Amino acid sequence: MSALTAHRPFDSGKLATALLFLPPALLLFTLFVMMPVVEAAWYSGFNWNGFGSPKNWIGFDNYRFVFDNRAFGLAFRNNILIIVVSLSIQLPLALSLALILAEKFRGAVALRMLFFMPYILAEIATGLIFSFVYDGDYGLLAAIFRAFGAQAPHLLASPQTSMLAILIVIVWKYFGFHMMLFIATLQGMDRNLVEAGQIDGATRWQNLRYIVIPLLYPTIRLSAFFAIVGSLQLFDLIMPLTRGGPADSSHTMVSFLYTFGVMRMRVGFGSAVGVILFCVCVTFAFTYKRWFMRDE
Amino acid sequence: MRIPGRAAMAAVGLLLTAGAAAAQTSVKWLHLEVNPNQVKIWEEVARDFEAKNPGVKIEMQFLENEAYKAKLPSMLQSKDRPHIIYSWAGGVLKSQIDAGVLEDIAVPISGYKDNLAPAAVNAFTFDGKIYGIPYAQSQVGFFYNKELMAKAGIDGAGIKTWDNLLDAVKKLKAAGVTPLMVGGADKWPIHFYWTNLAVRVGGKPAFEAALRGENGGFEGETFIKSGQLFKQLVDLQPFQNGFLGFKNPQAVGAFGDGKAAMTLAISTAYHQQRALAADKKGLSDETLGWFDFPTVSGGNGDPTDTLGGINGWLVTKGAPKQAVEFLKYFVSLEVQKRLAAGNFLIPVYRGASEGLANPLMQTVAQNLARSKYHQNFYDQSLGPSVGRVVNDVTAEIAGGSMTPEAAAKAIQDAYRQGN
Repeated sequence: MSALTAHRPFDSGKLATALLFLPPALLLFTLFVMMPVVEAAWYSGFNWNGFGSPKNWIGFDNYRFVFDNRAFGLAFRNNILIIVVSLSIQLPLALSLALILAEKFRGAVALRMLFFMPYILAEIATGLIFSFVYDGDYGLLAAIFRAFGAQAPHLLASPQTSMLAILIVIVWKYFGFHMMLFIATLQGMDRNLVEAGQIDGATRWQNLRYIVIPLLYPTIRLSAFFAIVGSLQLFDLIMPLTRGGPADSSHTMVSFLYTFGVMRMRVGFGSAVGVILFCVCVTFAFTYKRWFMRDE
Repeated sequence: MRIPGRAAMAAVGLLLTAGAAAAQTSVKWLHLEVNPNQVKIWEEVARDFEAKNPGVKIEMQFLENEAYKAKLPSMLQSKDRPHIIYSWAGGVLKSQIDAGVLEDIAVPISGYKDNLAPAAVNAFTFDGKIYGIPYAQSQVGFFYNKELMAKAGIDGAGIKTWDNLLDAVKKLKAAGVTPLMVGGADKWPIHFYWTNLAVRVGGKPAFEAALRGENGGFEGETFIKSGQLFKQLVDLQPFQNGFLGFKNPQAVGAFGDGKAAMTLAISTAYHQQRALAADKKGLSDETLGWFDFPTVSGGNGDPTDTLGGINGWLVTKGAPKQAVEFLKYFVSLEVQKRLAAGNFLIPVYRGASEGLANPLMQTVAQNLARSKYHQNFYDQSLGPSVGRVVNDVTAEIAGGSMTPEAAAKAIQDAYRQGN
């Protein structure tokens, strides 16, 4: 009895807080996240071009069309490819640069700024700039090849090389962001631990391997999370560079959705792609959180 | 300071209300035109109309091409929809009609429409109802650079058959000249080859049969043959290096720069190649030539058949009747002549093509007047979905990643999926 009365003021306070702060967030979430998702799921059952209201119910046919579409397979493969490259090339690159640039030396700040710059640049602008760089007639790349007396390739114009060209831009654009994450963690790190290691006779490598990197694990996990989600959402670099071409070789799932759903006025089909993408993202986010980010 | 400021505000307010009282009806006109020279004329035409019709205000609204296509379905269903919208006729128009968002204007234009090219009016007619007024036509054909052709000893005017074209390509390659320029990244410039071949191989009956799903639909003989003929050309590697990465404006500009001997393009490329060329001059009238798409041996199509576009304006449901009146003025002899004089378009109004200043454009106008079968661009007439599949697969034939048979099958599959 006494315990109950003692807890009551605390509980009702908590409840009041919840009643006060939860509805706006819940409302916004329902309105702008759940509703569109549910709506998309509903539309994905129709063959509908967006005019009038959807009438032609075709069940799961849109999903079948999506999975039968060769371009979707390529887009999915490209998304995986981007994730692999982000994790295996971009992250190590960012990490090693961060380890160097987190130290205090002349020019460190300037170099940090320089490496971070591509991240600030808008995606569309980046895409346009690189479409000029890659131009086989007038681009920077062409000039370099010509200096060696070779015929420049049109990287963006060949299904074999278009994805390579895009991956280079992705790494160039985003490594600075991850580098900054690492630098921030490194600078907030307790120097005493490293010094203690030194006093105990650890080599530089041992210090790095057994002290610094383990302390960086939370940031690495966060960085990998950003890299993967970013890869899944990648769209605005693709459009100015290749628009998914040639021969659909460089689509991501989002550019596929836009090109085959929105542009072709196949709202049902596009919604099906959206639902698939949503499922992939949600599955990933929850699994990742459960497996890798348990402690945070 | 405060009081004069307020007085000025009040004066402005009075002016505004006075203006609003006079302009009782406003007509919202949505267009996609990006050429400032042409828009300037349109604006003047709108102001003229307002001067002649007190109480009417023409509000011009603009959307970029792709943004327009993406926004249109939801926009048309809002109460706030524009009264006049742009259209390429074809499958998209059909779906707009089915959705009931357009006004039948057959009655208000009943006498007037006889002044317009019948084929163009037909493109906006469904079941005896007319949903729009055409204002421009275009033809797809080969532009060529006389100087570069002369290098390989070819007379462009002599290219009459597909085999002539293949020969010319071989000779140009031997002479070290890039034979053809194409904006392959946009895909639709490539689809012109395949569809124009289909027009030559099968003619009107084949296309209509395919629409009805007869003779194997788009998987039928005509369309496979078209792909195979196109493949003959592709195998000669006639296009510029990296053509799959070129966007159309880039390609048209490069043709204007004299980087290739020929390009298959819409007749409007006549003025575009100048605007887009590096020196803003492009090829002069003396250097620039035109020949119609070559005929194929054993083809059922008539040599006078044409492929091209028909552009017009649609009136949306619930628009004020002045919208139609404005369109009748916009597509009048006087205004059409004026636009023709700038070589902006091939007019649809009878007699307005006399306004065309240039012999090349005159030829195109004559071709269109003579044509009994004017095939609208496939990517419009088949609707946005199937049309884009045609673009995709023809680009893949050009890139060597798809066989003509597989391409035809992909189109038929998309056609069967519908929408």
